[in-house]
Parts: sequence; C-alpha cells; structure tokens
Amino acid sequence: MSSIPATDVDQRSRRDARHDAWFRTLLKCCALLVLATLLGAALSTLWGGREVLFKGGFHFLTSDTWNPVTDDYGALAPIYGTLVTSLIALVLAVPVSFGIALFLTEIAPNWLRGPVATAIELLASIPSIIYGMWGLFVFVPFMANIEPALSDTLGKLPLVGKLFQGPPLGLGLLTAGIVLAVMILPFICSVMREVFQTVPVRLKESSYALGSTTWEVVWDIVLPYTRSAVIGGIFLGLGRALGETMAVTFVLGNAYDLSGSLLMPGTSISSSIANEFNEAVGTHRSALVALGFLLFVVTFIVLLIARLMLRRLSRKEGN
Amino acid sequence: MFTSSRSMFRLGAIAFAAACALGSLSAQATDITGAGSSFVYPVISKWSAAYAEKTGNRVNYQSIGSGGGIAQIKAGTVDFGASDMPLDEATLGQFGLAQFPDVIGGIVPAFNVTGVAPGKLVLDGKTLAGIFLGTVAKWNDPAIAALNPGVKLPDAKITVVHRSDGSGTTFNFSDYLSKVDATWKAKVGEGTAVNWPTGIGGKGNEGVSAYIRQIPNSIGYVEYAYALKNNIGYAVMKNAAGKVVQPNTASFQAAAATADWASAKNFNLLMTNAPGAGAWPITATSWVIVYKQPKNAANGKVILDFFKWSYENGQDAARSLDYVPLPTNLVGQIENYWKTEIKQ
Repeated sequence: MSSIPATDVDQRSRRDARHDAWFRTLLKCCALLVLATLLGAALSTLWGGREVLFKGGFHFLTSDTWNPVTDDYGALAPIYGTLVTSLIALVLAVPVSFGIALFLTEIAPNWLRGPVATAIELLASIPSIIYGMWGLFVFVPFMANIEPALSDTLGKLPLVGKLFQGPPLGLGLLTAGIVLAVMILPFICSVMREVFQTVPVRLKESSYALGSTTWEVVWDIVLPYTRSAVIGGIFLGLGRALGETMAVTFVLGNAYDLSGSLLMPGTSISSSIANEFNEAVGTHRSALVALGFLLFVVTFIVLLIARLMLRRLSRKEGN
Repeated sequence: MFTSSRSMFRLGAIAFAAACALGSLSAQATDITGAGSSFVYPVISKWSAAYAEKTGNRVNYQSIGSGGGIAQIKAGTVDFGASDMPLDEATLGQFGLAQFPDVIGGIVPAFNVTGVAPGKLVLDGKTLAGIFLGTVAKWNDPAIAALNPGVKLPDAKITVVHRSDGSGTTFNFSDYLSKVDATWKAKVGEGTAVNWPTGIGGKGNEGVSAYIRQIPNSIGYVEYAYALKNNIGYAVMKNAAGKVVQPNTASFQAAAATADWASAKNFNLLMTNAPGAGAWPITATSWVIVYKQPKNAANGKVILDFFKWSYENGQDAARSLDYVPLPTNLVGQIENYWKTEIKQ
C-alpha cells in the first residue's frame, strides 16, 4: 500500500505545466506563421510594385490604359473584369447551391443524398485548367450560338439591355462568369449542405407541426439558424472566384477594355499576371506585381464587407 | 530470405558506387545550362540530345521565356541565355555580353473566313496593320478586295485575335507592322506585349489558333511551324519588294540572307520586312546570349562548339521541326564574330 509521494505529484504537475507551455507556444507560432506569411506576401508585392503604384498619384488606380510599349499602366480594366466576373459567378452560383443543398438535406430520398453529395465534391476537385479547356472548347462555341438570341431578347430591354449587346464571340465577361459559377458552386454548396444538417430536427419538426410548408421551414427556421455559416460559405466561393486564373484566362478574351457589355472580352487581375509575367521586365513586371497587391486589397475589402454584413445581421437578431 | 535481401542490398550498393565511379571517370563530359525563349526550345532540346550522343556533353535548356533568359544570363546563373529580342549595345557592353542568332522561324497571319480557302488570301503590310488597328474592319473592305481580285470576300466584321501573353512572336509581328505603317508605329509600337487597339487575346500559339478556329471571320498570327502542324489556314503576303510570297523554308531563308547583317553590330537586327524579292516579310530569329569572357572557360567553349555543331549538323533536325537553318553566309559571319568578340 503505497500512496503517491507528494513530490511525485509536484513533479508531474510541473512537467505537465511545462508541456502545456510548450504546446501553447507551438500553437502560437503556427498562428503567427500564417500572419507573417500574409504580411510578407502583401509587403513584398507592395514593394515590388512601388515603381508603378506610387507613380503619378492614383494614376494606376484610375487609368484604363495598359501599354507595355510606353510603360503606361492603369489597373482599372483588370479590376473591373475581376469584380464583374466574380459578381456574375455569385449571382448564378448562390441560388443554385442553395437549391441543391436544400434538396439534399430536406427533400431528397436517403439513397440519393450520398451519390449527389459525392458528385458535387468531385466537381470541387477538378483542376481549374480542365474547366478552362472545357470552357474554351465546349462552352465558348455553345455561348457563341446563344449570344445572338441573348442580344435579340435581353439586349432589347431598357436599362439592362446594354449589358447584352455585342458581337457573338462566345468569349467574354458573361462566359467567364458562368464558368466561374460552375467552379465555385461545389464550395458554396458543400458548406450549405453541411450547416443545414446541423439544424436541430426538433426545431424543424415543431414548425412542420404548426403547419408550415417546406419552404416556410427553410426560410424561417433553417436559414436564420445557419445564416452566418451560409454567408461564410458564399464568401469562400467569392474568394475563389476573385483569384481564379487559368479557367478565366481561357474564356475571358484577355483584352484591356472597359466595356459596358457582358458579351465583350475583358481581362482580370490574375489572368493578366499569368499571361504577361513570363516576358515582363522592368516597369512592366513592377506593374504586374502591383496588380498582385491590388488583388490582395480587393480580397481584403470583400472580406471586410462580409464581416460587416455578419455583424449587422447578428445585431438585427438582437444578439 | 532476410539475409538474401540484405546481400542484394549490398550488391546494389556496390553496383551504385561503381556506377558513380565510372560516371566520375567519364566526367570530362560538361554540363552546360541555358534558359530563355520558348520559341527555340523544341529545336535546342532536339539538338542537345543528338549532341550529347556524339560528344557526351549535355546542354540543359529551360524554356522560361526571353525575359527570364535575359535576367538569368545577366545574373550569371546560366551559361547562355536565349531571347527573341536582341539586346542593345549599352546592355551588352554593361554586362560584357555577346549575342548571335541561332535558328530562323516564320510568323504567318492565320485566318478563318468562310468561302476563302487557306493560302488564297493575299495581304500586304499596310492592310494587315489596318486590320489590327481596327481601321480595316470588314472583310470586303476595298483595301483587302484590291489585293484579292476574284476572291469572294464576305460582308462580315473582322475579329482580330492576338497573343495575350508576352511573346517574341508578338514582338516580331508588331515590329513588322511598325516598319510598314506609320500609324501603327505612332499608336501602338512594338514590344513583346503591346496595347492592342482591338480584338481578343489567346494564350500562346495554341490559344490564338483555338480562337481563330472557333470564331468565324477572325484573323490572327501564329508561328509558321505551329500553323503547319495544326493545319491552320494562313494568308500569303506581299513583301517589301512588292512580290507575293508563300511562307516556306526558301522564303524565310531569303529573308535571312537579304537582311543587312553586315552592318548590324552584334547582330542587332530584326529580319522583318527584309528587302529580298523572295523574302517572307515576317521572319524571325532568336539570339543566343553569352558572356564575352565566360566565368567557366570550359563551359564557354562547349557552348560555341554546340552551336557550331548545330549550324553544321543540326539542319535536318531544325527542318523536321519546321524551323529554318541559318544561311551559310550568316553562319560565316557568326563564326567570325566569335573569333573577334568571345574569348576562347
């Protein structure tokens, strides 16, 4: 019968405390590493692009010319292309993802849920170059065929008509937006499906018991319960759309134009960089690095807006 | 079982050591590295395989783009660089570099117009510049019609396709348009990437040709070798001498032979718009860039030996890839240049 000697216990707890401290430091280092990488990347692109970013005040941000011959660079066209294609992608992908996620969690019979969910996750794992090739060889000719019809119908509408007028090239902002939508759909959809499954069954069943339709349950119970995660998923998709390079490069048309029509070719920040970096020297390279910095800024602003939206929502709910 | 696998391992280790020893015995073989232009990559890798078989010296070439090649040779991280754009006198002097051409290729206007057969469309420099400026906007424009009597040209808008990535092809093409058209020179100029007044951009030769195939009534420009291999319809050109020429080995070589190399110091000359009667107007080469006083003399020697070998024995390899070997008079000038400029 030996009780544990007091010194042993002390030693043990001291050792535990030491290990705990090590573990904490290790975790802190991991977190700091991410921050340091991010900061380093942002600062080095800022430094690499300083030649162009700070030349002539806001010229780089306000000009839409991109002339490597005279070394006159303005980022307006790539910024515009990035934002417009990502916006089209969101407008198309969010409702569809929402529909798929609802179908899978609320309506689909059990035997169908697994295969469809797997298929969507497989979509997410297709490399973007494949989307680009599919876009170029399959989707662009298809768009070229339906664009005349778009111009004749939507193009005739007041106000939005201008968006759908142009030559039926098949390439352009709209095509790139649709390809992006297909690419980000699985991301948004899987997040939505996961969080819809976390809604407690008793909440839904109570609502059904009170005579709600499926739609009312979804809109008034499921969605409010999962709102912040759903918005998080949407912005995850948006982040991917903003930075997507290869697929966009194939179908966007790569022209430094600021055009009001979605059927016209454009360019995006990341595709400009991917296209020109290889042969760029001097100021040209600096301009491309500066574009990279702008992508940081754009993504940061978008995430900031997401945060603000979430905060406003939770305040509205009285939390 | 255990012992046998261990002895196997030991045997393997001995064999490996022996192979290493043998390798180091025959290590008189030199490895040289080069980097740059993607335009010459296929032919240099073919040459280097044949050259290694013959001499044991290996040439490792990385196709990272001309800009990268220039940066690497300036930094001294490779033995030679290759660029689609010649370096100017000041840069060569500043870094103690020398340059010389290696192989010739042509650039052809490629088009897709219903009812016009490949090779049946004739263009001249001014009209081509007009098309790429957007001032010649329709296929039945009088400028095109005048060059193509008897060809039924559609009343359709021209869609211009250009390269979206920076490239030596764009550099030579825009240089040609600058030489033949003052408006182009003033408005656009020349460079590996330019501010295109109109059209859409495809990535690489393959991107441009994919767009041309898919978009009716389009026109673009691609490397001749690429157009040939992929069966893309190309136009024929009226050259500086006013003759209509077909793109082929003879017309590319005529351009190289009639270009005024003798008065171009350090071969700083673009062969576009060459004066010869049979010369293809958009002919291009790329330049090998080396140090005048190589840090590693042995490597420097092998580089020159490699290119000398390729001028003499690499012609069939070049032709099989649809490049064109340099004409003999130019090779003579290059070898003289080596004697006077590069320490051997």
